[in-house]
Amino acid sequence: MTDAVLSPGAPAPKTAPLTAREALLKKRHRSEMWFRVQGIAAIVIAMIFLVVLVGRIVVQGYSTFETHTLTVPVYINPERVDVTALEGVNYDYIVAEALMKKLGVQDDDLGTTSAKIMDLTSRDFGFQLLNKLKADKSLIGKTVDVTGSVKADADLYYKGEIKRSTAEVDRKLDNQQLDWLDKLRTDGTVKAGFNTKFFSNSDSTEPEQAGVWGAVVGSAMMLVITALIAIPVGVMAAVYLEEFAPKNRWTDIIEVNINNLAAVPSIVYGLLGLALFINWLHVPRGSPLVGGLVLALMALPTVIIATRSSLKAVPPSIREAALGVGASKAQTVFHHVLPLAMPGVMTGAILSLAHALGETAPLLMIGMVAFVPGAPESFTSSATVLPVQVFIWENASERAFHERTAAAIIVLLVFMIVMNAAAVILRRRFERRW
Amino acid sequence: MLTWLSLLFLALFSGAAFMAGRGRALKAAGGATARLHSLPNYYGAYAALWAGAPAALLLLLGAMFGGRVEDAVLQAQRPAAVSALTPDRQNVFFSDVQAIASGQAASEVAYDGPLRAAFDAKVVEARNIEGIVRYSILGLAGLVALGGFLLVIPRVNTEFRARNRVEGWIAGVLIACSVAAVLTTLGIVLSLIYESWRFFETVPILGFLFGTEWAPQIAMRADQVASSGAFGAVPLFAGTFLVMMIAMLVAAPIGLYSAIYLSEYANRGLRSTIKPLLEILAGVPTVVYGFFAALTVGPLFRAFFNGIGEQMAGGPLDGIAQYLMQVQNQMALVAGVVMGIMLIPFVSSLSDDIINAVPQSLRDGSYAMGATKSETVKKVVLPAALPGIMAAMLLAVSRAVGETMIVTMAAGLQAKLTANPLDTVTTVTVQIVTLLTGDQEFDSPKTLSAFGLGLTLFVVTLGLNIIALRIVQKYREQYD
Repeated sequence: MTDAVLSPGAPAPKTAPLTAREALLKKRHRSEMWFRVQGIAAIVIAMIFLVVLVGRIVVQGYSTFETHTLTVPVYINPERVDVTALEGVNYDYIVAEALMKKLGVQDDDLGTTSAKIMDLTSRDFGFQLLNKLKADKSLIGKTVDVTGSVKADADLYYKGEIKRSTAEVDRKLDNQQLDWLDKLRTDGTVKAGFNTKFFSNSDSTEPEQAGVWGAVVGSAMMLVITALIAIPVGVMAAVYLEEFAPKNRWTDIIEVNINNLAAVPSIVYGLLGLALFINWLHVPRGSPLVGGLVLALMALPTVIIATRSSLKAVPPSIREAALGVGASKAQTVFHHVLPLAMPGVMTGAILSLAHALGETAPLLMIGMVAFVPGAPESFTSSATVLPVQVFIWENASERAFHERTAAAIIVLLVFMIVMNAAAVILRRRFERRW
Repeated sequence: MLTWLSLLFLALFSGAAFMAGRGRALKAAGGATARLHSLPNYYGAYAALWAGAPAALLLLLGAMFGGRVEDAVLQAQRPAAVSALTPDRQNVFFSDVQAIASGQAASEVAYDGPLRAAFDAKVVEARNIEGIVRYSILGLAGLVALGGFLLVIPRVNTEFRARNRVEGWIAGVLIACSVAAVLTTLGIVLSLIYESWRFFETVPILGFLFGTEWAPQIAMRADQVASSGAFGAVPLFAGTFLVMMIAMLVAAPIGLYSAIYLSEYANRGLRSTIKPLLEILAGVPTVVYGFFAALTVGPLFRAFFNGIGEQMAGGPLDGIAQYLMQVQNQMALVAGVVMGIMLIPFVSSLSDDIINAVPQSLRDGSYAMGATKSETVKKVVLPAALPGIMAAMLLAVSRAVGETMIVTMAAGLQAKLTANPLDTVTTVTVQIVTLLTGDQEFDSPKTLSAFGLGLTLFVVTLGLNIIALRIVQKYREQYD
């Protein structure tokens, strides 16, 4: 190109190879551009996947955090309550009566209207009445205010998930029920609010009563077991291999072994847990104990690898200085090297625990798929954990459970983000560069 | 509860031993600690270890195996009425005895006549045995703790090398911990081989590896109508392979291109934002991907293919159109694509490491010859990194083969020998999950076949990993 500027009047044949070269250069630059665009496209696609994945789950799940509660004054009709058999009373009907009065409708002989009304309120109302009466029998014949959730389908209607425009046969609620729901909302009987029950309740067969508390407690108990086993054993194994072990065939075998263990599919650990812990050692099925043991075996290689790399990062001068002033090998390691490597060790440990928190497949093998209504009482009682709860709810047929599945995923992701953030902060704050 | 209490008591005793050992050492030194061979705490620690550790180990072993000892003693003597039963019924009998003795719900089998008497007698016996075993373990642990303490305390004097002894203990514990990793592998291999061997006793191994029909449902009782069970795993292998191929078709190009862009083109700012975002994608639990596949991608793909089918219906390709209109939510394509998304960060970060390991001098040489960036990448960096990238892909394949939740939730359960990505397929991992979820009896081939599949899975993934790690190692040596 400089040639062209220097000799503007150059003869034609001389420019011909130039243009050919220019054309080649253009082609090369075009392919450069094209390659760059491909790279950007790959990153953009990956980011779109991330946004769609997280976005879809938030969109599906956030509505769970809002719920609709209904407050109704219930007249406890003495004719309907048998004082001697409080358990056997049809409280749902008493609540339905109160609502019918509120809506100004009459029940027919077959009880169709009251049945339709019962479809709108949670069974929780009945249990609340029962508990109130058990505590205080003098309430019979009086009017008490009861507050509880509306049934999941009614809740979905309020949130706009069930639409009036859908043909009546295709939705679970008919036009009359929708009219009642509208009326209850306009007169202030039904109020929208934050769904605290989702966090305080455990699994239930009724979507509006189902929550994640039991699963959160189960996950926490399981992680405690995992941490108590995987972290000490992993750290000590790493200390031995990195600081004490002679370099020979045996330690080579152990090293290769650990690297391979880290890549064994998680489901294989489930099979091991089933054969070893449940079938051979008779650890109770589906308990936080057996789950924690399996996940500890799974987390062990990751903890070892992370610990070894942070021990490697401690410069040899530290060891030499300690040995030089007369410390023994063990004193050098436990007084100086390990404390200096601790931030890296803890980061690795937290990350592997976060990974264990999200693990599902091996837990299915060891019997953690049972329906557990309540938080586990001990390490040996059956429990459910967050990811398994997600799996169970995803399989449920009711539409309201899909919303809850996404909400449970949000809770799970929040826990994972907190753990990962803790690891990052730990690394940023305490990590030393030598 | 008893175990916990005794462990607590043992900890207290061990603490007391520590104080005693330390105190004795100080007394022996007459207040001048410099006269001691080791620091006073080491004497205490030595006494505490001998007082606590063997007894704790004994209690732990008792908690693990005490139940088995009780079972063995209980079943040693079988009354005539019980011996007359079939072996299966005998097992039910004894598990019921255990259940009643420990206050749990028994099965619904009714026992009467001499069997009832035997049952009640055995329940009483079971409670007695349980008590004897428990208290004898406790007593033994107490003796061991006391013995250890009494053995060690007299040896404490100024010449005693307490630090060396304690460090010997520490080394022992450290070695035991690193052997735990080996024991895990050994446990995996042995349990898989043992259960698989029992499976291959009923189903020939060649029939399992090369059979083309998979129908593990077996009649539980003789009068039930069900297939006799077919354990040909080829359809599962085919399904696994199909899903894995689709996943790699998604993950390999996107992961590799983004790694190249991040390591060769992107500036620091972009790198430091994109990499953590990719790490988020990597940290999402697989059950979340499964949910995403089942409730978002599945319906989306179904609507898409049904829509195409409707457009094409009545045209020259009516047969295909009719097929497309019947496509269901669960198909290999959905599971494969979502698994591919899961693998993108995995492929990307591994390739990134490998591309960064290519020495800068190679790039500089290429630039000096006038090559553009993309030419340098394509003709110099990638060929140099090729073995490492192949290894990364192999590791990704191994991840895809072992992945469970996405396929369980999105691929389906029907074992079909098909290469059609729109069909439902089933994979090795899905079958393991479905065979082992819920109640199992450990002697039916149906349950045991899961271990056969698990062994196959373990061997394949282990092979892929060993090959990949070898390649990476060789390749690293090349540039070091």
